[in-house]
Parts: sequence; C-alpha cells; structure tokens
Amino acid sequence: MTAILDIKNIDKHFDISGTILDQLRLDGGRITRKRTVVKAVNGVTLSVMPGETLSVVGESGCGKSTLARTVMGLYRPNRGEILYKGERIDNLSSSQMLPYRTKMQMVFQDPYASLNPRMTVRQILEEPVRLHNPSLNRDEVHDKVAEVMRRVGVDPVWSTNYPHEFSGGQRQRISIARALVVDPEFIVADEPIAALDVSIQAQILNLLMDAQEERGLTYLFISHDLSVVEHISSRVCVMYLGCVCELGPAAELFANPRHPYTQALLSAIPRLGGKAGGHTRLSGDVPTPINLPSGCVFHGRCPHAGKRCMTEAPAPRTMQSGVVVACHAVAEGRI
Amino acid sequence: MEPLIDIKNLRVDFALRSGTVRAVRDVSLSIGRGERLGIVGESGAGKSVLGFSIINLISKPGRITGGEIIFGGEDISRYSYEKMRHIRGNHISMIFQDPMMTLNPVLTIGTQMKETILAHMDVSDEEAEAICLDKLKKVYIPSPEKRLKQYPHEFSGGMRQRIVIAISLLTNPKLIIADEPTTALDVTIQAEIMSLLLELCENENMGLILITHDLAVVSEVTQRIAVLYAGKVVEIGPTDRIIGSPQHPYTRGLLRALPQMAEGKRRLNQIPGMMPSLLNMPKGCPFQPRCEVRLDRCLREIPVLTKAEGGAQVACFRCQGGDQ
Ligand SMILES: Nc1ncnc2c1ncn2[C@@H]1O[C@H](COP(=O)(O)OP(=O)(O)OP(=O)(O)O)[C@@H](O)[C@H]1O
Ligand SMILES: Nc1ncnc2c1ncn2[C@@H]1O[C@H](COP(=O)(O)OP(=O)(O)OP(=O)(O)O)[C@@H](O)[C@H]1O
Ligand code: SF4
Ligand SMILES: [Mg+2]
Ligand SMILES: [Mg+2]
Repeated sequence: MTAILDIKNIDKHFDISGTILDQLRLDGGRITRKRTVVKAVNGVTLSVMPGETLSVVGESGCGKSTLARTVMGLYRPNRGEILYKGERIDNLSSSQMLPYRTKMQMVFQDPYASLNPRMTVRQILEEPVRLHNPSLNRDEVHDKVAEVMRRVGVDPVWSTNYPHEFSGGQRQRISIARALVVDPEFIVADEPIAALDVSIQAQILNLLMDAQEERGLTYLFISHDLSVVEHISSRVCVMYLGCVCELGPAAELFANPRHPYTQALLSAIPRLGGKAGGHTRLSGDVPTPINLPSGCVFHGRCPHAGKRCMTEAPAPRTMQSGVVVACHAVAEGRI
Repeated sequence: MEPLIDIKNLRVDFALRSGTVRAVRDVSLSIGRGERLGIVGESGAGKSVLGFSIINLISKPGRITGGEIIFGGEDISRYSYEKMRHIRGNHISMIFQDPMMTLNPVLTIGTQMKETILAHMDVSDEEAEAICLDKLKKVYIPSPEKRLKQYPHEFSGGMRQRIVIAISLLTNPKLIIADEPTTALDVTIQAEIMSLLLELCENENMGLILITHDLAVVSEVTQRIAVLYAGKVVEIGPTDRIIGSPQHPYTRGLLRALPQMAEGKRRLNQIPGMMPSLLNMPKGCPFQPRCEVRLDRCLREIPVLTKAEGGAQVACFRCQGGDQ
C-alpha cells in the first residue's frame, strides 16, 4: 500500500534573531553577528497510510504543531520533502497548492480562534464549498451545508447564528463541519479536544471516528491526552525536542514502550484507581530547542545514557515488533 | 472527631444584568484533618467558585448568600477581609492553575518567600531564609540557595508550580486548596506535582481539596470525591467507591465516557446534551434532561443527598429506590 503522506527528513527551524541590529554583539572586542534559531522539528521522517489515524505525542514545545503546520503547507521546511500521494507539495506556490487544500484539511484546538466571529455558521461553511466547487448552484451549496451540519449534530436551524452563540463543543463540531464540507481525504487535527469536557470529548471523538469510517478518512492526530491517543490511534509517533524517538503500532507501543522517553512518558499517565508517585522520574528540565543537545537529544535526562549518547545521534532502527526506535541503549541491547 | 472544615448549605450567587446566577447551590461538605478530598465536574459546574468561596476569594458580582463555613469553631464565611487574610496566611493556602496568580514577576523567589514568612511569623532574617531553603528542598528544587536569587521567569512551568507549593507550605497550613494545579502542565510534570502533593499531605498531615476535571488524577491522590453538577453535589463518597461503583447517572456517565472504559469498543460512551445554563435551570433534578434513567418524579422534585451503600451519598431518586 502506498502512503497518503510521506514526511521525509523534515527540518523546520525558526530564526528569531530579529533585525540585524538585534543580532550584533560585541564579543572580545570584535563585533559579531549572532543568530538565534529555534530548532522546532529536526529530521522527522514518517509515512501516513490511507485510512489510518497516526497520532503525534510528546511534551509541550516538542514540535507537534510545527510538524502539523509544515505538513499543511503553512510553513516551508528548511530541509526535507513532503509528498502527498507521491507528489511533492512542500515547494508549491499557493495556486499550485490549491487542489491539495481541498484534500487536506486542518482542525485546531481552539475553534473560537479559527472561526471568523463576524460570519454566521452558514457563511463559514458556504465559503469553502463555493471556493472548491465553483460549479455548484445556490441550492446545491445550501443543501451541502445543511447535510454536513446534520452530520456533525448541529441543527441547520442554527445556521444563521454566530460562533459565540455556541458552546465550545458545538463550535468544535462546526469547525469539523468546515473541514468535512469540502470532502477531504486527509485531516490534521491539532489538539481538537483539549479544551473540552470529558462528556463532550467523547461526542467529538465519536464524530471524528464515525466520519473516518464513513469516508475512509486519514488522520494525523495531535493530543496530549495519552489515554485518548491509545484508544483512537492505529500508530503513534513519540517526539522529543523535534526528533522522533519511537514510532509504531499503538497497541504495541503502549504495551511495550522501548525508548526511555516513551517509557517515562507512559509511566506518567494517571490511572483510574492508581496511586500518584509510581512514575519514572526524569532528572533535569527539558532543554530548549535553541541549543539542541549534541548526540541523542534526550541524553541529559535519560537514565540509560552512555558515552556514545552524548556525541552521536541514534539512528532509527526497526525492531522485530515493527516499532521504530532511535536509541543507542536499545540498539546495544542494554534495554 | 470534629472536622477540619465544615461547610453547611453554602450558597454563592453572581448578580448579573441578565439575572442571578446561583453557582453554588446549598452545598454541604466536611473535610477531616489530613483528609484529601477531590472535587470533580464539568466546566462551569462551580468547582472553582466553591473552592474560592471557602477562603472568601469571591469578588463582585459574586457573593456568599447563604450557609456557613465552620473552621476552628467559627463561621469564617462572614469574616472581614482582615480576619480572612489571617486565615489565608496561616491556616489555609490556595494553589491556582496559573502559578503567576501567586508569584510576583518583578521580585526574586527569595524576596517573595521571606515577605510571606515575616508577615506571619516572628523570626529573624536568617531564620526566614532557613525556612525558605527547607521548603524548597521539600518540593525538590535543586540548588535552592541559588534559586532563591532568581525571578519567576527563570523557572519552567513545572518548577514555578513547585515553588508556589513551597510558598503555600511556608506557614504550615492545615489545608491546601488546589484548583487545577496541573491542567496547564505536561503529563510527566503533572505526575511529579501530584506525587509531591500526596507526599506532603501524608508527611505533614495536611488536608487537601483538589479541584480538577480529571477523574484519573483525582483518583490517584484523594480519599474522597465530591461530584459537582450545576452547582450541586450530586454524589460524594470514598474514592474507590466513586471510581469502582458510581451510583449517580452523571458520575456513571462521566466515568463511562473515558476511553479506558470503552471495553474494546471503538465508539466511546457519551453523555447526551450538555450542562444547563445556570440562568435557565430545568425543573426537578438538574441532570434530568440528560438522564437516561429518569423517572416521572425527577421532572418535578429536586433530589437531595441521601445515604447510599458503601459510605457514599447520592442525590438521585433512582438510587434511592435501590432499583438501579
Ligand atoms: N512561529 C514560530 N516562531 C518561533 N518559534 C516557534 C514558532 N512556532 C513554534 N515555535 C517554537 O518551536 C517549538 C515547537 O513548538 P510547537 O508549537 O510546534 O510545539 P508543540 O509540540 O505543538 O507544543 P504544545 O503541546 O505546547 O502545543 C517551541 O519551542 C516553540 O516556541
Ligand atoms: N465572575 C463571574 N461572573 C459571573 N458569573 C460567574 C463568575 N465566576 C463564575 N461564574 C459562574 O459560576 C459558574 C461556575 O463557575 P466555576 O468557575 O466555578 O466553574 P468550574 O467548575 O471551576 O469550571 P472550569 O472547569 O471551567 O474551571 C459558571 O457557570 C459561571 O456562570
Ligand atoms: S540514545 Fe542514549 S540517551 Fe538517548 S534515549 Fe537511548 S540511552 Fe537514552
Ligand atoms: Mg501545539
Ligand atoms: Mg475552575
């Protein structure tokens, strides 16, 4: 089976040095120019298969959203390629990108920020339909909007209301409706349930899973709720400081985490009826992506770090279970 | 034994232009010395208002309009600002979701901690510093001597929250009220903060009110859980009981909605509808419009908390009939 999306060795760095004057430093009597670069995504390679849900997890700031936005063409990668069904899309102009904008949609954490407050729900939903299907007449557009509203569980009688007149859960339904209304194949969902209550979370997750089943959708899903990720994903990618540590089938990865960071992360998931304090403790704080550590980016906090880890970046290796792990200790058989 | 704090029929109203919002509706709860109680419920259920009202941090247009809060034999719900400040400084501490609610960005950690100590205790400067170092060690801040000279922005989010906990410990309080203390933090840091809170409460015999929407988190730290719905306690009981055999249809729904409870099914169990607006409460049981097992009676009468099996109390007519 060929992948719907191939991410090949992507780097995304942000230059936050400011103006040339901000960059000048007096260093030992000489004027030097200093650049400050945030290395948000570093050498990420992964493929998303049609119909699957691939989730990306990892601590705040590890580059999940940056990766998602780069995939969507909102950022241009500094290195590497992104292929949609085998075609390169990372170097396209916005007009060349237009056909992909229908096939690939994005849902954000904060539906309030992503829905125009001055547009009614109908206007919000009709706009993309018109843009992507110029041949449809008024009634057809109208019908399509009503159908998708019903599909996401928002009664079409509300279509003349504005986003602020809805609850958070309903707003998220509307932003999912906006993604679905152009019949996409691939949806990037960046923390779509983070701001919602458990009971509403279940409604939205069911909606996403039902839509996937009905339309054969593929998801790149980002969430910090690891119980949710375990439940809905086919595969999971664990990131740390912009690098992939471990990538594999969800069931295997949760049952048998191999990378020391994955192990620590999963041990921290609160368990119903458990007791606090049983997690693996990591030493130190997360380093900033401005000064990426040498070698393995996790070595400063890793309980298994050896000499090699400080100088040499571990290459991803595929284990017998099908899980890909980038760790010297695993490769050397130490864990 | 006399409880540490005894809340009776507490009522908190917000007088808004559109009407009066009763955010806390006749809530009664008590917490024993060294006891850890969790308060859970959906957004807008009144968890924060309840927590804040205990130490009178409710400001206009909100007001405690009924009930009492007995602490140390006195009703503190009607204390003046000054008297309440004394309680807040010496007996009950509060930890907020955002550590910067407590920390002053322009003062070093050391200055802030010492100010707190000197305001409440009669100690010398050196003694105050020793207390600071002791508390920072208790919350596992490495090289505390150096850290005392730093400003809040020089710490990570998780460390800032640990410093807030250290500050809340300065006066050896009997009760800590923590409102979503880890909601903005990563799971790894959440696990650290929660195990720290648990350890401190156990070692110092300190009471804890942990407010959160996360049932798994609350189950790992508390001994008892109160479930709040639209300003009312609908179920309260021992943690293992609430998690293991919830009685109220809302508590059941909340637990069943978790992915851990999907029992191999792909679709999750959802609670239909959403919490009613406090300005437009349904007749009868507040949960009645969303309840799948409601009786005729539920549409007319408001159920009150009644003893159920296993030391729990439940406000539900179904549960009283014993036929659920
Ligand atoms: N536009 C930008 N300019 C500069 N730096 C950025 C930009 N966007 C992201 N970053 C930085 O890149 C790093 C990765 O950020 P990103 O938002 O991708 O993380 P994340 O994994 O999505 O985190 P979270 O879980 O908090 O959403 C962070 O250090 C962030 O500060
Ligand atoms: N300052 C205020 N003005 C008006 N109404 C308020 C105010 N603060 C709270 N309320 C009302 O009190 C209700 C309870 O709010 P509260 O903040 O206690 O909810 P919560 O359970 O803590 O929710 P969350 O999980 O979102 O923090 C809200 O529905 C709101 O209507
Ligand atoms: S490569 Fe080394 S430092 Fe990195 S996770 Fe593996 S053992 Fe730890
Ligand atoms: Mg993000
Ligand atoms: Mg709150």
